[in-house]
Amino acid sequence: MFRMAWRQFKRDTRSGELRLATLALCLAVGSVTTVGFFIDRVRLAIDIQASALLAADLAVESPYPLPIAVGQRAAEIGLANSHTVVFRSVVAKGDKLKLVEVKAVDAAYPLRGRIETALDPSGFASHAESGPSAGNVWVEGPLLPLLGLKRGDTLVIGKSELAVAAILTLEPDRGGQLFNIAPRLMMHLDDVARTGLVSAGSRVTYRLLVAGDKQQLRAWRDWAEPLLGERARFIAVRDARRELRSTLERSEQFLTLAALTSVILAGVAIAMSARRFATRHLDSAAVMRCLGATQGLVLRVFAVELGILGILASLAGGALGYASQALLAEVLSFFAPGPLPLPSLWPLVSAGLTGFIALLGFALPPLIALKDVPPGRVLRRDVGRLRAPGIGVYCAAMLAVAALAPWQAGNVTLTLYVLGGALATVAVLAGAAWLMVRALARLRTRVGIAWRFGLANITRRAGGSVVQMVAIGLGIMVMLLLSLVQSDLVADWRASLKPQAPNHFIVNIQPHEVEAFKDFLKTKGRVEPALYPMVRGRLAAINGRPVKARDYRDPNVRRLAQRDFNLSWAAVPKADNRIVAGRWWESHAAATDQFSVETGIAEDLGIRLGDRLTYQIADQRVSARVSNLRTVDWESFTANFFVVAPPGLLDRLPATYMTSFYLPPGEKLLLHLIVERFPGVTVIDVAALMDNVRGIIDRASLSMQSVFVFTVIAAILVLIATIQSTHDERRAESALLKTLGASSLRIVQGLTAEFLALGLVAGLLGAAAATLVAYVLAVAVFDFDYRFNPWLVPIGLVAGGISVALVGVLATRSSLRDPPIATLRKS
Amino acid sequence: MAHRHSAAKANHGTLLNNIIIQAEGLSKQIASPEGLLTILDDISFSMRRSETLAVVGASGSGKSTLLGLLAGLDTPTAGRVVLDGTDLNTLDEDGRSRWRAHRVGFVFQAFHLLPSLTALENVMLPLELALQQDPAGAARSALDRVGLAQRVGHYPYQLSGGEQQRVAIARAFAPRPRVLFADEPTGNLDRKTGAAVGNLLFALREEAGTTLVLVTHEETLADHCEQRLTLEMGRLLKS
Repeated sequence: MFRMAWRQFKRDTRSGELRLATLALCLAVGSVTTVGFFIDRVRLAIDIQASALLAADLAVESPYPLPIAVGQRAAEIGLANSHTVVFRSVVAKGDKLKLVEVKAVDAAYPLRGRIETALDPSGFASHAESGPSAGNVWVEGPLLPLLGLKRGDTLVIGKSELAVAAILTLEPDRGGQLFNIAPRLMMHLDDVARTGLVSAGSRVTYRLLVAGDKQQLRAWRDWAEPLLGERARFIAVRDARRELRSTLERSEQFLTLAALTSVILAGVAIAMSARRFATRHLDSAAVMRCLGATQGLVLRVFAVELGILGILASLAGGALGYASQALLAEVLSFFAPGPLPLPSLWPLVSAGLTGFIALLGFALPPLIALKDVPPGRVLRRDVGRLRAPGIGVYCAAMLAVAALAPWQAGNVTLTLYVLGGALATVAVLAGAAWLMVRALARLRTRVGIAWRFGLANITRRAGGSVVQMVAIGLGIMVMLLLSLVQSDLVADWRASLKPQAPNHFIVNIQPHEVEAFKDFLKTKGRVEPALYPMVRGRLAAINGRPVKARDYRDPNVRRLAQRDFNLSWAAVPKADNRIVAGRWWESHAAATDQFSVETGIAEDLGIRLGDRLTYQIADQRVSARVSNLRTVDWESFTANFFVVAPPGLLDRLPATYMTSFYLPPGEKLLLHLIVERFPGVTVIDVAALMDNVRGIIDRASLSMQSVFVFTVIAAILVLIATIQSTHDERRAESALLKTLGASSLRIVQGLTAEFLALGLVAGLLGAAAATLVAYVLAVAVFDFDYRFNPWLVPIGLVAGGISVALVGVLATRSSLRDPPIATLRKS
Repeated sequence: MAHRHSAAKANHGTLLNNIIIQAEGLSKQIASPEGLLTILDDISFSMRRSETLAVVGASGSGKSTLLGLLAGLDTPTAGRVVLDGTDLNTLDEDGRSRWRAHRVGFVFQAFHLLPSLTALENVMLPLELALQQDPAGAARSALDRVGLAQRVGHYPYQLSGGEQQRVAIARAFAPRPRVLFADEPTGNLDRKTGAAVGNLLFALREEAGTTLVLVTHEETLADHCEQRLTLEMGRLLKS
């Protein structure tokens, strides 16, 4: 049986019978592989870029020295690793003292991202391979005026004296706790012992950074976790920054959407070519049956042939995918600097599997029909025609894809929405397409010969036309959806990170300095900045019940429960905050015992609307009711607070003020002037961090556009496959029309009429479906405000009409080429 | 009457105006895995208006190929066909199509009706292509003439083989062609239906005075024709 299938496969290959099926599957697997590879690479790239914000792929942090074995183990299994120690200390230059945050690093630091240094504060920053060598320190620019320091001076740190070798301008993992930090001083890890500052009981944060293969990282984490004490915690890339988390999630969701779409489109293409394959094998199936083959044997022979085709086409498709993603990456690297990491081979496996499952799901139904071909077909060719596979068959195939989709996508909700949307869309499109076909049938008595011929073709192949309209409509829907969702997505990101977003924070402004500070900035030509009061306090109790770290499972939440919060007060909510529960206080409210809490932290700590929170602030306790919950746009980089009170509640407590503002590059001098005039304040420069985040957004959105282009190509391939499936009939018809005296132009007019009508209907249906699905996606998945786009229908009509007419006529052109006699004799 | 080329030469002056088909040294070769294959070899003959000619011969003798060349559906490797005063070699593919629209009708063994069109629309097709007035009216009367007035709205798959061939005959005669080419018109039909279709074909031809070139295996059908060309291995046998 296998030999028979293999012989048939070779025969079919020689005669070109399998060409289209192979090509379709090849392209299907190729497109899935390309998208898969590409998504993989972009994910890796984004991860790496995000890793830069952690200076590692994974870090473990502890207030106690980490067990030596943990680092050794990482090295043993081939993971790069680096130790850092962070502590605070006062440093001295002459009689001037200043609190700094010391970070001691080893020679391997950083594992990801880059350090940049300059020779003087306004000088050109250059890339440094690793941290300062032993005996040297690097300091942040703002520290220089505070201590009257210049490069080459010696600083006293604890018991040691170290030379200022450079100005630290960029440190990858500088993010984290934005508002607590004193200026940074970086030194070599080997110098720490000499300072005598770190001993048992000192407040020190030990970090072990690791980087390398994902699986090894997981293995290492699993191995190390039990060895680490309760106070140690792992920090993954995603935890590195809140701002980045939603960016990463959204980009993955979007790329997933693109991948899923490709799978569905590939399935449609496979269904089309399999049907053509089956139609062309009706005769050979009938002859086999006539010569004594059982139904089962016929089925097996074709199934095995299909399997052989699947393997070979998947291999070729995989190669094609690898090559095209490499090309895509080349093109992309032209726009977004920095090489993309090489992809893992996993997409190849997953695309192969996808190809096979889609092949079975979409190709098997028409092949199963082959076994039902009556042997009598050898006598009368008009018996045993292949039944047009019902919409149900394609729904079944969609389900087959659905079975593998969550695994492919890794996001069940999104997958369900997409597949549910796809199935609903298919059903609605099929119903609407059927009605349109009926309507077109009525129209044909009132039009000229070209249109009548075109419309007659649509009506006669009603089943096929419905399938084509559904497939093309789906393609157009996807195109519109991708462009719509994508532009919304990118616009949303861009809006969240405006070019003029604040890139500097100034904290520790004393209450008595507030007016002077405002005036100072005003005289320097800056707009008067908004200053926010800040009070530090720890959450002591919720509804009178003391908050204890051990009450929470998540280690991050445990830390949160022990940590000091920055509380603030305000009469009106900030513009980028949105009240989602309860009500904000009236500005003249008498009742001042209220808190407004950010939803994320409320969820983490189990705080509900109406709860009474008690904060320990310095030596006092302040208690108030949660009167509203609000969301905060952390991506905006503006000053925001987890907990805000109305004016009157916290005013009498020791507070400092903070502000954030945008400082264009090249105006760093202002920072020195500020620090000179207000020595107590701390300047935090997040420009580099923001550039990093912006780079990630740029790269992600660019990659989406590339993936989007690819999906459009896949949709066009589906269109060609659908047209190819009627190629034989069209050839015969063209030949006959020529015989009867029709010129090529006339035939092309007829074809144009047919495809134009088909495309217009499909475009209309696709636009309607896209509107619906976009609404569901916007509201339920991406959490955007939905805006109805009035251009969808016209764009759908034009795109459908033109593209289908163009591709249709081009794809059928070859049917016009042969002299009519050749075709007529064949049939 | 069909004339071997030498005979045509002898009667050159008197017959020239009346000659509708003139084949001169027609040859057709095709490339095959075994090298060049000669399907037709140096065929020459001519036909006068309103004559009927049966082309007979065994399978593979080149009958259908000859018909294709005479109708301009294919081009010869050597030689030429002058059809109703026009040398088909001087026309391109589209030119030949347009030329056929006015002058030539076809009936095929496999009927070759367009499956997407109704019987009426199928018959209308050549009328519309030839830009004739009132194609629907002419098509209706043609279908009426072949006894299918009640089936105008039917699609080919709703008609029997005999009915399909009658539609094809109606389609062939509706534009009033000068020459009708019929390729095994009864080959796909049972004897009785075949006979009926054959009779219909000849009756209509008689009425319209159309020149008929008929390729057939059927002796009875061939006998209806005034003349006969016999092909063997691509060559013309003397008859």
